[in-house]
Amino acid sequence: MSLSLNEEQMMLQDSARGFLQTKAPVSAFRELRDHPDKDGFNRQLWADMAAQGWAGITIPEQFGGVDFGYTGLGLILEEMGRTLTVSPMVSTVLMGATALNLGGSPAQKTALLPKIATGELIIPLALEETRHHNPEQTSLRATPVDKGYCLNGRKVFVLDAHVADTFIVLARTSEKNANCTGLSLFLVDSDTQGVTVERAHMLDSRNAGAVVFNDVTVSSESVVGEIDEGQELLQSVLDVAQIGLSAELLGISQQVFEMTLSYLKERKQFGVHIGSFQALQHRMAQMFCQIELCKSIVRRALNDLDAGHDNVSIVASAAKAKLCETVRRLTNEAIQLHGGIGMTDEFDLGFYIKRARVAQQTCGDYNYHLDRFARLNGY
Amino acid sequence: MLELDEFRRETRHWLEQNCPAEMRLPIREEDDDCWGGMYPTFKNEAQELWLDRMSERGWTTPAWPRSIGGGGLSKEQSEILHQELVRIKARPALLSFGIWMLGPVLLKYGSEAQKARFLPDIVRGKVRWCQGYSEPGSGSDLASLQTRAEDRGDHYLVNGSKIWTSYGDKADWVFCLVRTDNAAPKHEGISFLLFDMKSPGVTTKPITLISGKSPFSQLFFDDVRVPKENLVGEINRGWEIAKYLLTHEREMIGDMGTQSVSLSELAKEHIGLRNDMLVDPILRTDISRFTIDEMAFSDTLKRAADEAKAGQEMGAVSSMFKYFGTELNMSRFELMLSVTGNYSLGWEGEEFDEGNLPRAWLRSKGNAIEGGTSEIQLNIIAKRVLGLPSE
Repeated sequence: MSLSLNEEQMMLQDSARGFLQTKAPVSAFRELRDHPDKDGFNRQLWADMAAQGWAGITIPEQFGGVDFGYTGLGLILEEMGRTLTVSPMVSTVLMGATALNLGGSPAQKTALLPKIATGELIIPLALEETRHHNPEQTSLRATPVDKGYCLNGRKVFVLDAHVADTFIVLARTSEKNANCTGLSLFLVDSDTQGVTVERAHMLDSRNAGAVVFNDVTVSSESVVGEIDEGQELLQSVLDVAQIGLSAELLGISQQVFEMTLSYLKERKQFGVHIGSFQALQHRMAQMFCQIELCKSIVRRALNDLDAGHDNVSIVASAAKAKLCETVRRLTNEAIQLHGGIGMTDEFDLGFYIKRARVAQQTCGDYNYHLDRFARLNGY
Repeated sequence: MLELDEFRRETRHWLEQNCPAEMRLPIREEDDDCWGGMYPTFKNEAQELWLDRMSERGWTTPAWPRSIGGGGLSKEQSEILHQELVRIKARPALLSFGIWMLGPVLLKYGSEAQKARFLPDIVRGKVRWCQGYSEPGSGSDLASLQTRAEDRGDHYLVNGSKIWTSYGDKADWVFCLVRTDNAAPKHEGISFLLFDMKSPGVTTKPITLISGKSPFSQLFFDDVRVPKENLVGEINRGWEIAKYLLTHEREMIGDMGTQSVSLSELAKEHIGLRNDMLVDPILRTDISRFTIDEMAFSDTLKRAADEAKAGQEMGAVSSMFKYFGTELNMSRFELMLSVTGNYSLGWEGEEFDEGNLPRAWLRSKGNAIEGGTSEIQLNIIAKRVLGLPSE
């Protein structure tokens, strides 16, 4: 499979860039941050994005999607990284829809995927419980009861928690042993009795929160995939999520790099453009190389997803680790090379470093993925 | 599409019939490589046969025109030939600076007479070329070169010295940058000359490196007479040619970074696992970081090739490949030392494989210097790709 974009993908990239720069430029993000409303995102914008086909970009046509593939999704996320567009794209399209696509029963797909594609349904994963991404250590319990399960426990850092219609909850259904990890995934509507959401206010001004499950009962039909065998499905969903987040981080990296490059060509000190200083030129040239590497590994990872390759986990961790490493360096350097103005809230740069740090932590940071990469490779 | 499939079938069949079994074994020693030349030393019959058969078809230079002996293959066909050669693990039939460096220059800047005279011998490996670029006083500032070629009517008289010439002592001919106008600004007084290394006044001296014996030598020119017909391109316009050749050289050096030994496998063998993890956790991290960079780099080479095919050129990428490819190669050797511990310190003796590893490690330090230092590559990226100002 080629690592160049085909014509359709280039058209999607162009139209996504055009749409976002008109309808959701960084100024829209600033407006949203300065005047927070109860939803924490712009519902009209989300409806417009869905009308573009983005909410159903990976959903098969029979369930109301456009089935454009992961490369298409990655291109959109990359452009959203550039404009810092806030929407349920990550929580619902990248993660929720993927879980249902890969593990949902025919009934679940029929009921939920069309609603995701139209933008009606917000359906995040309720995954994390501690301060670090570590899904295997899940302790939220789901115990069998008459015709269903009863959930007890607390989830944190649930994306779009307070606006979610339904959660896909990772729960422990039996103890971990040699044959299975004892994890399962459940669909839980947010208005179910016993579900409480605590909205949190995060660094990136995006929606996240804690969700408490207190004797929440759900039916057996709510299980996504096989009971006790959720680990494999979860890993596949997380591979997609990590690659999608890498695409967003790629957009952020390119944007801050370009902002910095323009600044070095404008700003004068000591009577010359600061971009003429070799100490700065070499840093920029090195970062340029890093971005090219990042573009390639993200493109390749998306390609592997579309081709249905087996070893996607290794590539997913490689991509996330590489992007986390690069975006950390680029955002830090961007502030340093801008000098004082980079520290001011009036300038947009700060938004990017804030969003980057949250996206870095989402579904595993640099250290997590470096370790996972080694584990998956047998050392 | 059908034609390409047919080409692949034919190529596969021909290679099966014509590539000798010995030429499909891994390269172990220096003389396993075939460099050709006027007085070639073939290690065995198979090596000579393989060169004859491949060059007969022009497949030592698959994409060069048929008229001068090349293969006349399209980009797609060349790629297929390459894949089929890799498939049977065939050794290169011929290594040659004529193919990698001088050939592209002559194809672009050479006169018809020069193409007809020099290119067929390059294809067949009949003449071995070397490069006369750097000088003792002109390294990164290559354009400050001082080797002089004076116009003496029917010939040029060349005086000066060149350094870092690979296989200068084994080459038949040299392609050389010389100063033909002392008064002009430094980039505008340089010309590109070809001459016979057996000309009176040419001497060579080998250079020993920190890694030991090396293929490099220094060349000395003392009143060397060079016929005027050996000037390539226009007089005093050689700098453009020099730069064109350097992009080819950069791509070649950058490519060398992709080697196949798996560091993690090597580490498992030399260091071992505990609870399925390498016993040295810091090395485990370093290897992961390196391996991910290596993956991303090879993906970038593939992406550049795919985008070029699709007509979406990435722009001046040779500097990036040269810079990052050589940095990676140097990191790889540093990690190999860490992984193999005191074994890597052995310099001589069979138990240390004659010090191959530390010698290769030391040699790799030159990767970021030769063909334009890493710093020069970063300058090129900053100026030509990023368009950063000079004041």
